[in-house]
Amino acid sequence: MKKERKIISQIFMAIMLLFFYAPIIYTVVFSFNGNKSLTHLSGFSLKWYEKMFSSSDMMSGIVYTVLIAVIATIVSTIVGTITAIGLSKSNNVLKTMVERTNDLPIMNPEIVTAIGLLMFFSSLGIKKGFVTMLLAHIMFCIPYVMLSVTPKLRRLDPNLADACMDLGATPFQALIKVIVPQIMPGIISGALIAFTMSFDDFIISYFVTGNGVNNISIMVYTMSKRINPSINALSTIIILLITIVLVLINIIPLIKERKQVK
Amino acid sequence: MKQFRNMAYPYVVWIAIMIVLPMLLIVMYAFTKKGNDVTTFRFTLENFTYFFSDPIFIDVLERSLVIAVLTTVICILLGYPVAYIIANANPKAKTMLVLLITLPMWINMLVRTYAWMGILQDDGVINGILGYFGIAPIKMLHTSFAVVLGMVYNFIPFMILQIYTSLTKMDKSLLDAANDLGANKLQRFLKVTLPLSLPGVISGITLVFLPAVSSFFIPKLLGGGQYVLIGNVIESQFLTSGNWNFGSAISLIMAIIIMLSMYIAKRVDKDTSAKTGGAK
Repeated sequence: MKKERKIISQIFMAIMLLFFYAPIIYTVVFSFNGNKSLTHLSGFSLKWYEKMFSSSDMMSGIVYTVLIAVIATIVSTIVGTITAIGLSKSNNVLKTMVERTNDLPIMNPEIVTAIGLLMFFSSLGIKKGFVTMLLAHIMFCIPYVMLSVTPKLRRLDPNLADACMDLGATPFQALIKVIVPQIMPGIISGALIAFTMSFDDFIISYFVTGNGVNNISIMVYTMSKRINPSINALSTIIILLITIVLVLINIIPLIKERKQVK
Repeated sequence: MKQFRNMAYPYVVWIAIMIVLPMLLIVMYAFTKKGNDVTTFRFTLENFTYFFSDPIFIDVLERSLVIAVLTTVICILLGYPVAYIIANANPKAKTMLVLLITLPMWINMLVRTYAWMGILQDDGVINGILGYFGIAPIKMLHTSFAVVLGMVYNFIPFMILQIYTSLTKMDKSLLDAANDLGANKLQRFLKVTLPLSLPGVISGITLVFLPAVSSFFIPKLLGGGQYVLIGNVIESQFLTSGNWNFGSAISLIMAIIIMLSMYIAKRVDKDTSAKTGGAK
């Protein structure tokens, strides 16, 4: 009876995992397809990878995606951390006010945030393109950084910075040498979240961009109207990179643990 | 520590400009007519009456809600067992399974949705497999089925992770207690595990329902050009017909529906946690 139940649950898990990975396996397999079909395989070829690297549209999409993700991550991590530290010393009114406002882009459907920004940039007469996309990404990344930094600050001993300054450190030194190192794990996870949010964003980018500035998501969306297996090649590279990073992140602590046990 | 307090002020200015102002713009546009600018501002409800008097838009709203509810229900029915199995697996399998569930989430949603197009096509992978067994091809792409499948696929990890967290937080000794008191397996699940995991289910519901109602690229890619949900109407108002006023009004209607459902979900959450003795 117990064994039966175990087998049933294993079969169920296997089916669900197949469901999760079917599109990923499909993408990888068809990126090596010898012909243009998205449904029939014929032979192994790397021509879609060649096509991808020789397509200036796709390469510029990749460059914009990475560039915006890197700048947005750096800016939002710094600003988010500074603001979170400032708020931790502020009164509760300001704190709740900022937290509630930060909730807006997180809780609102992305399309609502997107059209708000679209109208905002247009009414200011800012030309849609790289700058608007970057500003939008910084805007929606900062709340996530603050969400991951604030809990770390709450656990920080408030006397630490005071003690540091009593010993003659300037406020800036206290900040850099005492507070920031203590909340580093929160800052790093915030930066990671910001990077992936920016890298994967489609809806907001799609509404606020213009002048041929596209990221990978917009490219996939506009190209999906025609058959284009180069998308599969690009996707496969992204899948490979993300898998390597995630596996490394998850395996390194395990290896460290094992070494300590020895 | 007053020195540090000043560090928050620049961001207050930033959110006033980048978050609050755009939201105010949506409200302003929703209640005005095209052609009005700040100087000739005139309040009107025309955009809203236009939406609710046109059966086409009511249909779209209804379809969006039905699809979103259906997606949420399927996510609970499939996600709960998955979360339950993971929560009861041995520690090593647990970390492995959680990694396996989260890994696809890191890959671009567009990319994964695009792949489903190839799988579901009339001469696609699934119909190819069915063909081997002599089953005639079934039309799957550009149907409601494809749209719901795409939404369940994209949003179910949120549901699984929420239920999984609430299941692992559960006090296991409660199950032993129930066992000692003579409850059988089914009773233990229905009277102990299920009520204690409800908060996870409810936060899962909000995480699935919200993107499902407003999604516009999943219906566009998997439902085809004719398949219109409320998100698609908003998109076309802004990017093709350029009627910002009407588009703003529709997004306001959508935002209100979502806020209402979140409020109800929170109330249910409070009621159930009160009943189960405030278990979190």
